[in-house]
Amino acid sequence: MNEKLLKSAERKEQLLLTALTIPALISVTLIIVIPVGWLFSLSFLGKSGDFSLENYQKMIVYKSYFRVFKTTFNVSFLTTIFCILLGYPLAYFLSQVPKKLVGIFMITVLLPFWTSLLVRTYAWLVLLQKKGMINNFAIDMGIWETPIKLAHNLNGTLVGMIHIMLPFMVLPLYAAMQRIDRQTMQAASNLGATPIQAFWQIFVPLSLPGVAAGSLIVFILCLGFYVTPAVLGGGKVIMVSMQITAILEDQFNWGAASALGVVLLVTTFIFLLLASRFLKLDSIMFGKH
Amino acid sequence: MNWLRKQASDTQITHGQRIWLYFISAVIMFLLVFPTLIVIPMSFSDSQYLEFPPEKWSIRWYEEYWETPRWINATITSLQVAFFTMLLATPIGTMAAYGLFVSGSKLGRYVFFLLMTPMIIPVILIAIGTFYVFGKVGVVNSIPGLVLAHTVLAVPIVMIIMTSALRTYDLNQELVARSLGASRIRAFFSITLPQIKFSIIISALFAFLTSFDEVIISIFLSGGGNSTLTKQMFNALRDYIDPTIAAISTLMIILSTTLMLGAQYLGKQD
Repeated sequence: MNEKLLKSAERKEQLLLTALTIPALISVTLIIVIPVGWLFSLSFLGKSGDFSLENYQKMIVYKSYFRVFKTTFNVSFLTTIFCILLGYPLAYFLSQVPKKLVGIFMITVLLPFWTSLLVRTYAWLVLLQKKGMINNFAIDMGIWETPIKLAHNLNGTLVGMIHIMLPFMVLPLYAAMQRIDRQTMQAASNLGATPIQAFWQIFVPLSLPGVAAGSLIVFILCLGFYVTPAVLGGGKVIMVSMQITAILEDQFNWGAASALGVVLLVTTFIFLLLASRFLKLDSIMFGKH
Repeated sequence: MNWLRKQASDTQITHGQRIWLYFISAVIMFLLVFPTLIVIPMSFSDSQYLEFPPEKWSIRWYEEYWETPRWINATITSLQVAFFTMLLATPIGTMAAYGLFVSGSKLGRYVFFLLMTPMIIPVILIAIGTFYVFGKVGVVNSIPGLVLAHTVLAVPIVMIIMTSALRTYDLNQELVARSLGASRIRAFFSITLPQIKFSIIISALFAFLTSFDEVIISIFLSGGGNSTLTKQMFNALRDYIDPTIAAISTLMIILSTTLMLGAQYLGKQD
């Protein structure tokens, strides 16, 4: 009897606690579920307003769509690679620094992380312009003679995106390295491994889940980039998000824009599914406070 | 030079042997911070081209900002939107985090995932989707519509901060209070809340910043007299390099740095 009462009381409490999520669920429904669902259905409407696959067929037939996807993957892939190359040494350094000092060095990662993306993109535009600081510096040093066009192209876009995404690589990498048991390194060294052997044979393999997690986060976020390629690409780097906007602005074609959006979303979710094998989603943003 | 010969880790490697690691890391940290900070001195340049170091110092771009109604109106709009987003997202996110964390039900994992999606879904989809639906309902270019959209973006951040705060907090204290006769609500407000209040303030700061810095949704959902600062900046950037933006950027860097360092400081209090 008593047991029954307790059980029902417990269930009641579970319900009440779950009810606390209702405001959040309502807002997500209004802003994500309904609008994205609507786009999904729009993507299957043809010019005549009936069900049709023409929006998706266009993507296969027209070369321009293929180019946009290729650019998007290219840019995302290159950004991810460079983030690994730059992020790994920095995360390793942070994981080795005495605890007291980590906070200070961490500021160099968190400061850009929390600075407006638009501001950082603008900063690169200023630095990379023809009369900008980098051109002036290189000419003064005799590295090149006449101003080079550094912004408004693919390289400028990549520089900006790598700078913006680097903290997203360093934070999960650092978290993964923190979790590695220090004693494994000690044991390796006791068994006669040189520091370099211990690093490559023990530390690096143990940190690989962190590399995978960081890479997938960076790659996924890159797929949806808009502002940086729009400002630093000078119209030469068209990524999917920009193409979606262009279709809406030029042709006002909601069906085609939605279809492109759906493909972008599905691609993102496929990579996310891959990512969920490597990491808990909430661990991504641990550094945000 | 003694320090160079000291062992640096468990593998007996010395600082001297890995000095290159310190060098590379220093360069990377410099590259992370430098581009943002260089904007600050540049914004005080008198020239159109924002040289560094400025040949002549001046505050003309700050005056330009202050005297252009377009910029000031946009700043006020952005501050309003960010303020209301903070007011909405903080309680909504905290409630959801608390509910999911304490109940620990299986369903909760899916709810958590659903509430996290705004961080992962390409923002352009949220932007055009809400633009379409809001257009049907007639709330495009209105502040409430934009606030709601920004709230959904900020809720996951609030939830992450609050969940990690609850993780380090001993929930048994609530049980003690309740066994002494306090209701669940009273136990939360008089025992739990005072102990997680700094985390709540931190999440409020980040909710504010999330909205204030947001670009893509603002481009679509704000317009006319209600354009946000980021929308105006983005439009100005596409045409030419307006030096006024350097002044605005400096102000935004000061804002985000202050909020971040404030949060860092508060984080040590909880």
